[in-house]
Amino acid sequence: MSNVSKLILQRLILGVLTLFAVSALIFVGIELQPGDLAQQILGQSATPETLAAWRAELGLDLPAHLRYLDWLSGVAQGDLGNSLASRRPVADLLMSRLSNTMFLAAYAAIIAVPVAVALGLLAAMWRNSPFDRGVNVGALSAISMPEFFVAYVLILVFSIRLGWFPTLARIDEATSLGDAVYRCFLPALTLMLVVVAHMMRMTRAAIINVLASPYIEMARLKGVPRWRVILRHALPNAAAPIINVVALNLAYLIVGVVVVEAVFSYPGMGQLLVDAVSSRDLPVVQAVGLFFAATYVTLNVLADILSIMSNPRLRRG
Amino acid sequence: MDTLLDMRGLRLEAGPKSDPTVILHGLDLQLKRGEVVGLVGESGAGKSSAGLAAMGVVRDGVRFAGGSVTFDGTELTSQSPRRLRKLLGRRMAYVAQSAAASFNPAHRVIDQVTEAPVLHGVMSRPEAEEDAIRLFRQMQLPDADRIGMRYPHQMSGGQLQRAMTGMAMACRPDLIVFDEPTTALDVTTQIEVLGAMRDIVERYDAAAIYITHDLAVVSQMADRIMVMRHGQEVETQPTRDMLATPREDYTRSLWSVRSLNRPARVEPRPALLECRDLSAGYGDVKVLHDVSVELPRGRTTTVVGESGSGKSTLAKVIAGLMPPMSGQVLWQGDPLPADYRARGRDLLHDVQMIYQMADTALNPRHTVRETLARPARFCRGLTGKALQSRVRDLMELIELSPDKFLDRRIPELSGGQKQRIGIARALAAEPRFVICDEVTSALDQLVAGGILRLLMRLQDELDLTYMFITHDLATVRAIADQVVIMQKGRVVEQGPRDRIFDAPQQDYTRRLLEAVPQMDPDWLSRVRAAS
Repeated sequence: MSNVSKLILQRLILGVLTLFAVSALIFVGIELQPGDLAQQILGQSATPETLAAWRAELGLDLPAHLRYLDWLSGVAQGDLGNSLASRRPVADLLMSRLSNTMFLAAYAAIIAVPVAVALGLLAAMWRNSPFDRGVNVGALSAISMPEFFVAYVLILVFSIRLGWFPTLARIDEATSLGDAVYRCFLPALTLMLVVVAHMMRMTRAAIINVLASPYIEMARLKGVPRWRVILRHALPNAAAPIINVVALNLAYLIVGVVVVEAVFSYPGMGQLLVDAVSSRDLPVVQAVGLFFAATYVTLNVLADILSIMSNPRLRRG
Repeated sequence: MDTLLDMRGLRLEAGPKSDPTVILHGLDLQLKRGEVVGLVGESGAGKSSAGLAAMGVVRDGVRFAGGSVTFDGTELTSQSPRRLRKLLGRRMAYVAQSAAASFNPAHRVIDQVTEAPVLHGVMSRPEAEEDAIRLFRQMQLPDADRIGMRYPHQMSGGQLQRAMTGMAMACRPDLIVFDEPTTALDVTTQIEVLGAMRDIVERYDAAAIYITHDLAVVSQMADRIMVMRHGQEVETQPTRDMLATPREDYTRSLWSVRSLNRPARVEPRPALLECRDLSAGYGDVKVLHDVSVELPRGRTTTVVGESGSGKSTLAKVIAGLMPPMSGQVLWQGDPLPADYRARGRDLLHDVQMIYQMADTALNPRHTVRETLARPARFCRGLTGKALQSRVRDLMELIELSPDKFLDRRIPELSGGQKQRIGIARALAAEPRFVICDEVTSALDQLVAGGILRLLMRLQDELDLTYMFITHDLATVRAIADQVVIMQKGRVVEQGPRDRIFDAPQQDYTRRLLEAVPQMDPDWLSRVRAAS
């Protein structure tokens, strides 16, 4: 079996195990929280009788492990169950939010990844120059500030003072793509500022590491121009670490956007998760949690495969 | 205008301007078109820096600090990077020591060979490819039409070195700098690569600077030899005169290293260690096939072979680091457990190893004292005063002053000093059998000579039995009592040293012996004519 297919198989098995573990952890986590959905809906003043009736109705009176197994067998058959709160199928709830989250993540990634890699390459090329220092200081400052702070500063400057962009990123099915791009600019910019530093610095470090190799000296001694040394001779050999850090940040863009969504009232998965946790709506929490975990696993497998493909020594193993 | 390269009073510095480290102290070097000059010296003599400076290039942190380098009328030291790039690769080319490290692992070899001519606008890509194949053929690469489609990791070291020489030739440069181009190669490979290099330099009438520490090699390649030391010229003479009548003491000392010769002791002695029909391998790949050797007590048995011959694997099996598939190792006639963990403490102490790279074999965070005290305490249970005096004794044994060196850290030592510490560490266990794995291969000839003399003296004083692994036949000739020749995991021939050298029985042995460069400028031509 080739390296790549062996790796994919290995990772798929591990991925399924990870998802399983994640679902168990989420379940236990929710169980440990005080109160349940019935309590949430009926409020503090509910009589024990009504609570019990509600619980029976929702199936919350069954022992925890039975409920978990019940849920698990549903998932295994492709049924994520119904939301306890709204009674709508979880899959339906998820779909609209999912496309919003993916849109915002893709939007931020399309700006952030090229900017980060380009800045990293330039910083490595002009190592220790004022440009290098400036980029590093800028990127580190951006990452040191909490994202809600960055978001509010951007809102203050670009929507309140300058009035260029809306403060809230409200979109629905009727919103056109152009409109969505315009309305989501500030949240995308916030996310970009948060992830660029990490990718930029890893790109810079990986390239600088490779620049010390004898084959880079050889390329220079052949009279190869500096930009070509970086792009053609250094970058392919620095690809593996860069791909990995990009994948990690893409995952973050999808699963780590809760705060940014809240600040901009953006109807994404993060908002859905926050609402579901506060109402103890277990099936929704589980579904979102599983989706987030699956995102991580998939992106990491993808990164490993791309790293292997970028290395001719491993490609045909 | 006959002079192609004119280097005058060239001074290179590194480090702070106020307190610089001087790398070259005013070097003069002139080179005519089509002439080959050899730069010889120990590491740190400034040969590589001089070679790069001839192309107007300095490594990071090094700067031109005086003098001039004129290449075909153009001053290089003050050239802008852009204008220098127009010359690099096109009119001046470089062949590096390790082709394996100097080819980019991410690209096919042909893409790298054609890069310079296409980039410099000398040829179109199809022309360059056609020309690359022609060069591959002239460098006697197998399957020249298609070998360029391989990635570097799919070619051997010798093939890569040839491909790199071809790459240097791609734009038909006026000047080529060869920086130790055959040091990493086996002798039988080296002779072929040397021949191909010389042919191609002659064919295109290029001028060349050939940098090496190997006098025999340089005398095959160079019209003229410059001996360097501490960034300065020691002397320069035409090759034949230099070999016949070196003027300076330092040059003579370089020559004399080759004269180390300890008479082989032939009177029979019982074997301390014996291998019987050993086979071993990694996974399904067998790398040792029925190896049987005897190592007589108190003698030096050298195991000689090219890379891949299985000599290091044999050492691993003997040390118990790798279980054999079949066969056994006998210690004074008794079977030795295959796994070192099953051997008693005494047996473990009896067998010690000294490694090729003292740099990586010694913990860089430890001081010399810690490095030596640990095995002395662990193996011999010494503590307190006894331990300290043992450590000092060990330092005396390896001829390093205890007061001066004991509290230094490993990275503060020179290569030769590190290797001496490696030897002392092995001795701390008071072994009877020492495996020396290429212990002088990473050292300059002068330093290596010192290490060999030390090992011989220790053998006489402590009655040590050596298994000395090496690929260098000059070393074998200098110190061996017994010789074992290995090839592809098998013992080709073994016996007393003088018989092996004077009357080799096997073809492979003869080829190996013939491939060792001689200090005779006609040697290469003669050997090639004969074959």
